[in-house]
Amino acid sequence: MASTETTAKDKDGGDLAGLEAGLDALETVQTGRTPFRQTLTQKILPPLVAVALVLAVWQALVSFKIVDDPTKLPSPGAVWHVLREAWLQGELLGYIWTSVSRGLLGFFFALLIGTPLGLLVARVKVVRAAIGPILSGLQSLPSVAWVPPAVIWLGLNNSMMYAVILLGAVPSIANGLVSGVSQVPPLFLRAGRTLGATGLKGTWHIVLPAALPGYVAGLKQGWAFSWRSLMAAEIIASFPDLGVGLGQLLENGRNASDMAMVFEAILLILTVGIAIDLLIFSPLERWVLRSRGLLVKG
Amino acid sequence: MATTLAKAADGVGTATHAARIEHVSKSFAGPAGQQLVLDDITLDVAPGEFVTLLGASGCGKSTLLNLVAGLDRPTAGAISTDGRPALMFQEHALFPWLTAGKNIELALKLRGVPKNERRGRAEELLELVRLKGAHGKRVHELSGGMRQRVALARALAQESKLLLMDEPFAALDAITRDVLHDELTRIWRETRLSVLFVTHNVREAVRLAERVVLLSSRPGRIAREWTVGIPHPRRIEDTAVAELSVEITEELRGEIRRHGQH
Repeated sequence: MASTETTAKDKDGGDLAGLEAGLDALETVQTGRTPFRQTLTQKILPPLVAVALVLAVWQALVSFKIVDDPTKLPSPGAVWHVLREAWLQGELLGYIWTSVSRGLLGFFFALLIGTPLGLLVARVKVVRAAIGPILSGLQSLPSVAWVPPAVIWLGLNNSMMYAVILLGAVPSIANGLVSGVSQVPPLFLRAGRTLGATGLKGTWHIVLPAALPGYVAGLKQGWAFSWRSLMAAEIIASFPDLGVGLGQLLENGRNASDMAMVFEAILLILTVGIAIDLLIFSPLERWVLRSRGLLVKG
Repeated sequence: MATTLAKAADGVGTATHAARIEHVSKSFAGPAGQQLVLDDITLDVAPGEFVTLLGASGCGKSTLLNLVAGLDRPTAGAISTDGRPALMFQEHALFPWLTAGKNIELALKLRGVPKNERRGRAEELLELVRLKGAHGKRVHELSGGMRQRVALARALAQESKLLLMDEPFAALDAITRDVLHDELTRIWRETRLSVLFVTHNVREAVRLAERVVLLSSRPGRIAREWTVGIPHPRRIEDTAVAELSVEITEELRGEIRRHGQH
């Protein structure tokens, strides 16, 4: 260290640029993309193996007649058959679309309501004191509890479904934003203020972008709650005129004592929930975290 | 007050001072009632002058800087500055959701610079801190020294007459800090900014400043000040820097010792 300082001392001015370039080069961390092989063995393979294992155990339970009652536990083959039939009759995508379109539209409305609500709670002290605790308390209320009153208020229709989704997702989204805002480092607010970002400018340029990671986490949870609420509403309030979504499919299977159909519905509900998260919310979250250097590799 | 460099005398703006601090006191509500942090501070920073505020912990030097920055109000006294000052912190305080260049552009935007000029101006500022080509870099991709240089460029983007610096190099390693001292001196001489620089590092204070102001602790008062007549370019290991540092350190130690006596 001493020798570096002496060499730097010998010449002045003109050498500074070179010295600085050298330091920059030494201290800059080189990051490359993870090789595909590594992603395959560490990220993709393990969940596939886990799924295969579950299927194997399931098949074994049926094959070795440990559970020997198709009305209780259908074989994986039987469930596959039901799925294939639904696909061949062109009904499968209809079931999925009915539920997914409801879920996403409901989530979109929840986004429109939850975001300003969260901002209001986060930024206005009186509002925060008044409804902050209620908002976080609402998260622990299972949204299925809203189905009976929603049916009574709105009747058996799509509005009822949307109402239940909203009641499930809005608190999550608002709470995500509130916790995102309260975790904004005070340093950013001070830096923003010295740059002239006060009031609404400060909210728009500093607070909102700084709160984005918390907000995205809230969105992720909000989607999970939307989907769950919707399924609860579809199962409890199934009504032929509403079209058959995945929840109704499950309820229909129960009414027909068709366990393969029940399993089909459960698998679809699970798959769709995971797929939406994997296709939309996880990439969004990863992108937000990675661009800020918050995603730890490994 | 006499400055060794002629350039400060020919004046940068029309104002006679970049910052004027008059009889400023500040107290905070503490567990033992009102606690006086700053006591009757009077200090002028002339246009183009480089002043360091030096003191041990608890001397209220950061508090004073916050007051000058307008982030807080004095309990008594008055502070006037020539326009809104720029402020640099010990942490880079760059916004991680923006690239290095966009951080600078945000400062320009908030100052009302038209959109089509921002990009070019940001590139110029990056070049000034010798980070040409770093516009698209994410904050976490930069080293500590590079981040502070981007932070400096962002502060310069405000085109303030006065730059306030709150121990901006304290978290850097010695080699990087040394290089940034050279860099800051160069930029200060090029831009003719006034700088009020807070530090607890005596050598750093002498290396950079035209005037060193020593604050006593609890409450912070101006204990003494020195005019640094050492010509530029200076090095932190220069004999002249070392000699003055020894003298100031003695004084600083005396100030600290007083607190152990009762």
